[in-house]
Amino acid sequence: MEVIFNHLDVVWFVIVCVLFAGFFMLEGFDYGVGMLLPFIGKNDIERRQMINSVGPVWDGNQVWMITAGGATFASFPNVYATLFSGFYLALFLILAALIMRGISFEFRSKSANRTWRSLFDWLLFVGSLVPALVWGVAVGNMIQGTPIDAQQNFVGNLFTLFSPYTLLCGLAFVLVFIYHGAMYTSIKTVGAIAERARATALVEGVITAIGALILLAASFVCTDMFNNGLSLAAFIIAIVCFIISWICARVRHTGWGFIFSCATVIFVTIAYFAGLFPRIMVSSLNPAWSLTITNASSSPYTLHLMTIVALIFVPIVLLYQIWNYWRFRERISLEHLHY
Amino acid sequence: MMDALILARWQFGLTTIYHWLFVPVTLGLTIAIACMEIAYVSTKNESYKKMAQFWGKLFLINFAMGVVTGLVQEFQFGMNWSEYSRFMGDIFGAPLALEALTAFFLESTFMGAWIFGWDKLSAKAHMVVAILVAIGSNLSAFWILVANSFMQHPVGFALQNGRAEMVSFGDLVSNGYVVGQYAHIFTDGLMIAGIIIASVSAYYLIREKAVDFYRRSAKWGLTFAIIGGILVMGAGHIHGQYVTEVQPMKTAAFEALWETQQPAPFTVVANINEETQSNSAALNIPDVLSLVAAGNSDAKVLGIKDIQKMDVQKYGPGNYIPNVTALFWSFRVMVGSGILMFIVALISYWKLRRNTLVQSKGWLKVLFWMLPFAYLANATGWFVAEGGRQPWIVYGLQKTAVANSPYVTAGDIWTTIIGFSLIYILAAIAAFYLAIRCIKNGPQGNDSHDVAAVEEEAKLWK
Repeated sequence: MEVIFNHLDVVWFVIVCVLFAGFFMLEGFDYGVGMLLPFIGKNDIERRQMINSVGPVWDGNQVWMITAGGATFASFPNVYATLFSGFYLALFLILAALIMRGISFEFRSKSANRTWRSLFDWLLFVGSLVPALVWGVAVGNMIQGTPIDAQQNFVGNLFTLFSPYTLLCGLAFVLVFIYHGAMYTSIKTVGAIAERARATALVEGVITAIGALILLAASFVCTDMFNNGLSLAAFIIAIVCFIISWICARVRHTGWGFIFSCATVIFVTIAYFAGLFPRIMVSSLNPAWSLTITNASSSPYTLHLMTIVALIFVPIVLLYQIWNYWRFRERISLEHLHY
Repeated sequence: MMDALILARWQFGLTTIYHWLFVPVTLGLTIAIACMEIAYVSTKNESYKKMAQFWGKLFLINFAMGVVTGLVQEFQFGMNWSEYSRFMGDIFGAPLALEALTAFFLESTFMGAWIFGWDKLSAKAHMVVAILVAIGSNLSAFWILVANSFMQHPVGFALQNGRAEMVSFGDLVSNGYVVGQYAHIFTDGLMIAGIIIASVSAYYLIREKAVDFYRRSAKWGLTFAIIGGILVMGAGHIHGQYVTEVQPMKTAAFEALWETQQPAPFTVVANINEETQSNSAALNIPDVLSLVAAGNSDAKVLGIKDIQKMDVQKYGPGNYIPNVTALFWSFRVMVGSGILMFIVALISYWKLRRNTLVQSKGWLKVLFWMLPFAYLANATGWFVAEGGRQPWIVYGLQKTAVANSPYVTAGDIWTTIIGFSLIYILAAIAAFYLAIRCIKNGPQGNDSHDVAAVEEEAKLWK
């Protein structure tokens, strides 16, 4: 306990990393399901199976993103201020997409009209693709560096955010999430759609693996993240997990395949956070202007308070979310279509 | 060309009011639905289950809109108000994170279980899930009001390291402003939910559909509206007296009271002139403002001009007067809508007890048309609370004019205002269409549980 309360800024860096890892792991597969929906769902039953497979959990998953945002505000208010005012239009794209996505889940199946449903299926696709891509771009920017001045203000614009490296990050996020979503679909649905999802994962997985290797090489060239050995180790573990996941899927152990694709997402997140530490947003103008766990954090009092809160509530949240997943662990059948 | 500050304020106002249209409904409806499930478990009467399911469906449409519009709330402090976030983050971030950790997770996780759990959970377990959703909803309102109350009446802080830092979390949570605001909002949720249940029930009773079901629902709705109504007025009254003490300018602006008066009259309506700082054609009731705002018909109530002078002495030169005309009228719309809904609910309940409600089609129409007033009261209530705080973003500590993001341009904000507005309008049309369909289908409406129906719908793709 004493170790925890003596290094509160480090602790909160870790907690924020955990929240983002949880967010990417959980929303990763429901973004993936959304991106795959119009392509591998060949009829309405298949599409409804896919949507209902994430039905009881997508909203709870989304709260991981909200909590990651709230926790960043509470523990590193300057990061919250710089990141969201700086990546202003990018964040707008994410929010607009997520609004369309949330509405699509609720509204899609409430009317049995083909045009209505088709419209919301494509909104689900866009609403899942955009946040996956833009969050990838955002993570790439945090590590590669953005124009942040001495007052911690971002002085670039939307186009500053798009470089070959950050676009590659965005693309990698999209590819990994599609694979992750395909694995989830293959374990949660029945019939042709489950098999089609597995087959898609196998083909798409090869492209994803190639993308991951390019990203690994590009990260050596474009960023300093691998100066931290832990970051490199986590990245390599992520790639190994991904290969194991693919092999599991190949031999029809899709349950293990999904577990290892979860691990892939978690280790990629760890790789980026380890590469950032002790910085949170890198300044491309002057390394001294980067936002760090020291110059961007809340007061010791607030961090202390929030640590106690997190120690109590994070385990409780995990318990009932696991209960929820356990309760709804069965594959989707036609009797349980609420969306 | 409007500058970035004005646009940022418009954007905050638009997105927050829009969010706020859906939230109070969900606060009270979750409680009503939990009560219906408790009634179902304790009496085994199937009609309570049907009620929970039907009103639950209507709730879900509101909830979905609340969730998606709430996403914007979580991030826009950073997007448009970065200077505010830097200055206030040490204090403001904590309740926001607490809200996500203790309330949003609870609400959203169990909401999923609620929707998908009807045939997977026992009636008792489902009831517990409904209660947890209600706790989650109302707890989230508590944390956000802890954050908002600090902006209205800062306590438990110290100005150090160039920002406001928290020194006592206990003070933050036990802020007198939290108590009054929360009591007012919590009870408002009950009343609004009651009005919505009663007015939608009235719609069916007019059409003589499922009369037993909707008579019973109307009774529930009216009970909620009356109990909630008494409490919301009481809480509002007590909170109003507290506001007069800690934010005298807000009360004076609500009442367009330019001069300090003892005793002060209550101005029912007036033609307000902000240029000359005076009212004309005012309809005044003597002594009433003193009685209401200070609890004593002979009390002195400070006027806007005097408070302005005091504020200049305290905070330096500047204009400390909010938009008096807008506040004066919004306050009257809020209070007027509340009283109107309360009276209609009382009369309807009386008619229900005498078994004449179902037959009085004319009166049912009146009850039905209380629906828009519920939304109107909420929107104006939010406006007076926030508009009355201006020009401060954090009362006495930071002005709104210096709180916005310095590098976010007017063009950026125009993009997001137009973008969000378009999406919100389209979402509202879709939600409205579905709510109407849900209401038209009634309690026997298609739940999509039916395998045959699903397979029939699958043919859409062939």
